[in-house]
Amino acid sequence: MLPLKVTGAEIRRRGKRLIGPVDLLLDGSGPTIVIGPNGAGKTTLLRMLHGIERLSAGEVSWACRLEDARQKQAFVFQMPVMMRRSVRDNIAYPLRLDGVSNRAARAQAEDWAVRVGLAGKEGLPAQVLSGGERQKLALARALVRDPEVLFLDEPCASLDGRAVHDIEEILRDTSARGTRLVMSTHDLGQARRLAREVLFLLHGRVHEQAPAGEFFEGPSTAEARAFLKGEIVV
Amino acid sequence: MNDLWQGMTQAVWLLISLDADLVEISLRSLRVTLSALVIASLIALPLAALLTVRRFRFRRMVVALLNAFMGLPPVVVGLIVYVVLSRSGPLGVLGLLFTPWAMIIAQVIIIVPLIASIAHQSLRELWSEYHDLLISLGATRFQRIGTLILDGRRALLTAALAGFGRAIGEVGAIMIVGGNIDHATRVLTTAIALETGKGDFALALALGFVLIGLAIAVNLTMHWLGQTEREARW
Repeated sequence: MLPLKVTGAEIRRRGKRLIGPVDLLLDGSGPTIVIGPNGAGKTTLLRMLHGIERLSAGEVSWACRLEDARQKQAFVFQMPVMMRRSVRDNIAYPLRLDGVSNRAARAQAEDWAVRVGLAGKEGLPAQVLSGGERQKLALARALVRDPEVLFLDEPCASLDGRAVHDIEEILRDTSARGTRLVMSTHDLGQARRLAREVLFLLHGRVHEQAPAGEFFEGPSTAEARAFLKGEIVV
Repeated sequence: MNDLWQGMTQAVWLLISLDADLVEISLRSLRVTLSALVIASLIALPLAALLTVRRFRFRRMVVALLNAFMGLPPVVVGLIVYVVLSRSGPLGVLGLLFTPWAMIIAQVIIIVPLIASIAHQSLRELWSEYHDLLISLGATRFQRIGTLILDGRRALLTAALAGFGRAIGEVGAIMIVGGNIDHATRVLTTAIALETGKGDFALALALGFVLIGLAIAVNLTMHWLGQTEREARW
């Protein structure tokens, strides 16, 4: 379904431009890490690429039919949605939407629960999980459909070291299995650990797009250099 | 005071001896109201879910109307149903007037707005929580409604209970369309009104106790049914 081609995409709400115009080509291999100061439009960009924000102008086009593309991608939100069901049924939910039988969906969900480190918690109501466990559940629920592209919006925000480590392990594994990750983060250390490609966002535009090595060695724009040095970029 | 005391003792005796009239009237009351509740829920709950997930032109107006209809005077509902079902009315050929069906129809009209309105309010909260996830997963409108009803079942049970409470205690409408005919359409509330008028406080009080008891019993049963997943707290 890749490459993903974005041309002149803009999102305006109530007369205010949140993001754009964005021109972007997403191809090759990931993970692609989206960084940038608060309010740069990281969340909006990811939601736009995923297709859950209405475009005000421009186009986002996949290399396949839109319906197929929608089916083969998933999104992990910064605040994961815990459905009022058991952990097992939360993870099984996307499969149930696809018409998979309850038994088969639950079996797969239990398999995924173990893979993300939620073994033994399958029967618990999702709402009693801790922050890190919730994010693991959200990951499993996103991965259960075996997506080709996975968007993640700051999945490790406000998590402690252990949980971040676990989640990064899952992400590395997922990436190695061929799922293209597109993930935003405000943690530069995490960006360095995971990135193959970096998108630096500023004021709602893609300020710089470069392979991770080049970007962290020497960004080509002054703002990106300042951001990497930890200065406040406005 | 003496009247009251005598009435009370006789009422208790009627209850203990399972007086035939008392049992018959109580069962009929329960049958009519539970039928009305099932029918009303089948209409009101999907309607509430539809109003939640679907944005259409007159949505706000429908919601406002539902809220307004919550306060519909039962006597007026009875009058309208009477006119519609009477021999010369548009549905007169069905011959439903002065049958339990007429009473069920009247009660359905009275409690549908109540159930739909309460259900809509709680489903709206659930929807704002689930919205992004369900859109992201590509759930169809039908699936969205199903998910909301399933996961919001506790709140919906409360809405249904409110409907039951209103229907079982209702007297104005069913008096008009049912006619309070002995062994045919006499139910608890209409019988109480009649017996009080006749001065037979014993039977009236006994019926009153049964009415209160029924309301409590059904509430407890539904509450108990709603706790099928006991350890879950949501």
